[in-house]
Amino acid sequence: MNSERGSEVSTGNPHHAVTNAGSTVAAPPLLRMEGIVKSFPGVKALRGVSLELQAGHVMAIVGENGAGKSSLIKTLSGAYEPDEGTIEINGQPLARGTHAAIDAGVAVIYQELSLVNDMTVAENLFLGRMPSRSGLVLRKRANEMARTALAQVGLEGVSPSMRLGDLPLNKRQLVEVAKALARDARILVMDEPTAALQREDIANLYAVVRRLRETGMGIIFISHHLEEVFELADSAVVMRDGATVGARAMAQWTEQDLVQAMVARNLDSFYPWEPRDYGPVMLEVRNLASPPVLRSASFSVRAGEIVGIAGIAGAGRTELLKAIFGALPLSGGEVLIRGQKVSIGSPAQGVRNGLVYTSEDRKLEGLVLDASIEENVALSSLLALATGGFVSNTKKRKLAQEASTRFGVRASSVMQITGNLSGGNQQKVILGRATATQPAVIMLDEPTRGIDVGAKTEIYAHMVSMARAGAAVIMVSSELPELLGMSDRVLVMYRGNIVTEIPRDKADSETVIQWATTGVGA
Amino acid sequence: MTSTAANQADSQARSRRIIRQLRTGLGPLLAALILICIGLSIASPEFLTTSTLTNIMVQVSVVGIAAVGGTFVIITSGIDLSVGSLVALSGMVAATVMAGSSPDNVALGIAGLGVALVVGALVGALNGLSVAWLRLVPFIVTLAMMAMARGLTLAISDGRTKFDFPNAFTAFGAKTLVGLPAPMIVMLVVFVIGHVLLRKTTFGHQVFAVGGNKEAARLAGIPVNRVIFLTYTLAGATAAVAGIVLAGRLNSALPSAANGLELQVIAGIVIGGTSLAGGRGSIVGTFIGVVLIGVINVGLSLLGVNPFWTQFIQGGVIFAAVLLDAVSQRRKL
Repeated sequence: MNSERGSEVSTGNPHHAVTNAGSTVAAPPLLRMEGIVKSFPGVKALRGVSLELQAGHVMAIVGENGAGKSSLIKTLSGAYEPDEGTIEINGQPLARGTHAAIDAGVAVIYQELSLVNDMTVAENLFLGRMPSRSGLVLRKRANEMARTALAQVGLEGVSPSMRLGDLPLNKRQLVEVAKALARDARILVMDEPTAALQREDIANLYAVVRRLRETGMGIIFISHHLEEVFELADSAVVMRDGATVGARAMAQWTEQDLVQAMVARNLDSFYPWEPRDYGPVMLEVRNLASPPVLRSASFSVRAGEIVGIAGIAGAGRTELLKAIFGALPLSGGEVLIRGQKVSIGSPAQGVRNGLVYTSEDRKLEGLVLDASIEENVALSSLLALATGGFVSNTKKRKLAQEASTRFGVRASSVMQITGNLSGGNQQKVILGRATATQPAVIMLDEPTRGIDVGAKTEIYAHMVSMARAGAAVIMVSSELPELLGMSDRVLVMYRGNIVTEIPRDKADSETVIQWATTGVGA
Repeated sequence: MTSTAANQADSQARSRRIIRQLRTGLGPLLAALILICIGLSIASPEFLTTSTLTNIMVQVSVVGIAAVGGTFVIITSGIDLSVGSLVALSGMVAATVMAGSSPDNVALGIAGLGVALVVGALVGALNGLSVAWLRLVPFIVTLAMMAMARGLTLAISDGRTKFDFPNAFTAFGAKTLVGLPAPMIVMLVVFVIGHVLLRKTTFGHQVFAVGGNKEAARLAGIPVNRVIFLTYTLAGATAAVAGIVLAGRLNSALPSAANGLELQVIAGIVIGGTSLAGGRGSIVGTFIGVVLIGVINVGLSLLGVNPFWTQFIQGGVIFAAVLLDAVSQRRKL
């Protein structure tokens, strides 16, 4: 009725009428990503992702690890160039590269902050573009501008001239948000912004996000915490296997819908699991704590068992394994191996006590990349290979060849440099090293990360045979299907604690995700 | 894969690796050394004589011996700047212990040898302790130790040279055995021991692992701190041996002995293909590197080149060696 009157009134001005009617059709959205495809050798990370973000909206992107969230963000930030698809900001196509994205108003805050601790807050805010005149930095002006940006994120109390590293982590994260504001960002992307924050800081960050939304900024945040999604977001997009599988306003999602949309449904015979007989308890852990991440963990594993540990990033899974192994200092708790209380102060002692740990990061913490397969396999067994301090080359060669054959390492010989092997073969070399010590307890941290499917199934088969041979196997994995497919039971960690233990027949994706994202059961 | 087939594949790989080593590793260095030697023997008839060649060996012996321990340190991606001062300090402490001794006093001579070794190893151990467990930066720690050891040398000698040692002590610097000068023999023995230690023992394997990837080595159960500690202790001990040879050769301990020696040591090691980034290196390479420096020094003086240019040319050789290494590494990737 009003529109009728409106068009009557505006008959003398056809332009006005068109705009009025057009407002329901299309002011272009703040951000539109359309049909984004991105492939890497052997993997299709994104297979046609589309989404729209309106100004003044908060959009959550959820999905399991490897669903393609990070790739999508990197495409938006210009770090990845999409193979196909278009990105438009306010209807304008986005040019290539990170600079273009920044100029167009896209600011991404990654989990690892990109700030320089030894510079002042103001210098960080204007990194690379400090206000200056004829080559001289205008510090006063920079500090003034910084104060404005800081006030917008609730950091009125922080002096622009203080050293950034002197701020606590929670404030540094807000400084990163302020940095985005100082760049006139219109689209703010946050990757797991609360992962490292305490409860009160999280509330503070929420408040800042809401205030920014009021100002018309479009905000995307990636989160594993569903309670957070419901509290903060206006809409949520679910990604799975590189595609968006659901996009709705928040009112139309229930927690259960979200979890179901996130989970892939193909738990099939891909996993060579079968029931096994268990032996005695090999490892028992009581109230183990290693600050700041690991709060308290108690569990035990029997010979022949495969126990999976689930949890979102930052829940303390890696820390738990490293603390048991002696690679992280303990603040409390005890470790028992074969019923004997042991004190393990270093990985060397861990190995002597029958433990092995394989890192989630093969390149940084797993292999000596410049050294051969043989040298890498032998690393944990040097003492056993030596007589009177002299390493027997024959024994070393034999050990490496046996391990290489047993695990099916595909290489021209054990003399090949490990840096040139594929991820799967590198992982097999590490497993060869780990099992060469005849360990009682084998702790595998993300054993199939970045490995192709064929190698994955081989590694699963090896896990089963290790357990069959009487080892207690513990696996941390962010890939839920593999965790459920391989584990005899699943322990779930949440914010540094083991919050539940789920037997295999009760362990389904919904239950585990529910516990991992909220810390409580349904 | 049967084990004979695997063995065959391995021996093939081994020979491939040797060929690659000749192309990218020590091969070019050895070729350079041989070419320079051929050039020098054409240019100067005096070069290719026993006396010149043994003279070169004697001249490089002090640097060479100290470089053996230094190679271990650098393979773990550390650095030891204190070796020059340690050479002087261990010689001076020994000289103080042996003060006023008659040439025939065997007991005092042996005491001097023992004290020198203990002092060297002890100071090296202090370096190692600071780097491994206190997690101090090797460059700074050993720089500080360089100053302290030199200062201590000056203090205990009151800045004066000490003379006249027992024969049992000077033998390692001054005697000859089957016509070969003792410094050369000591150096060769230390190099052989160093090579075996690095290549054949558990410790040597651990040194490479620590230098190649500290965190991976730690998680594989290698006692990383102990390994680092031992490499610095070893470097201190070889510096002491070098100090014994130097003091014996000169039959005197100078407070300013071996000033700046650490740079020649590092140069020899780096020219020999050991990577300052750690994880790569060899005692054989260090030997060739040290000898190359000696040959160039002697060669230049035989050719009558102004000694002021010697240092310039030495620097150029280091630069060329590092460049060559960087280029061949990049090509490998």
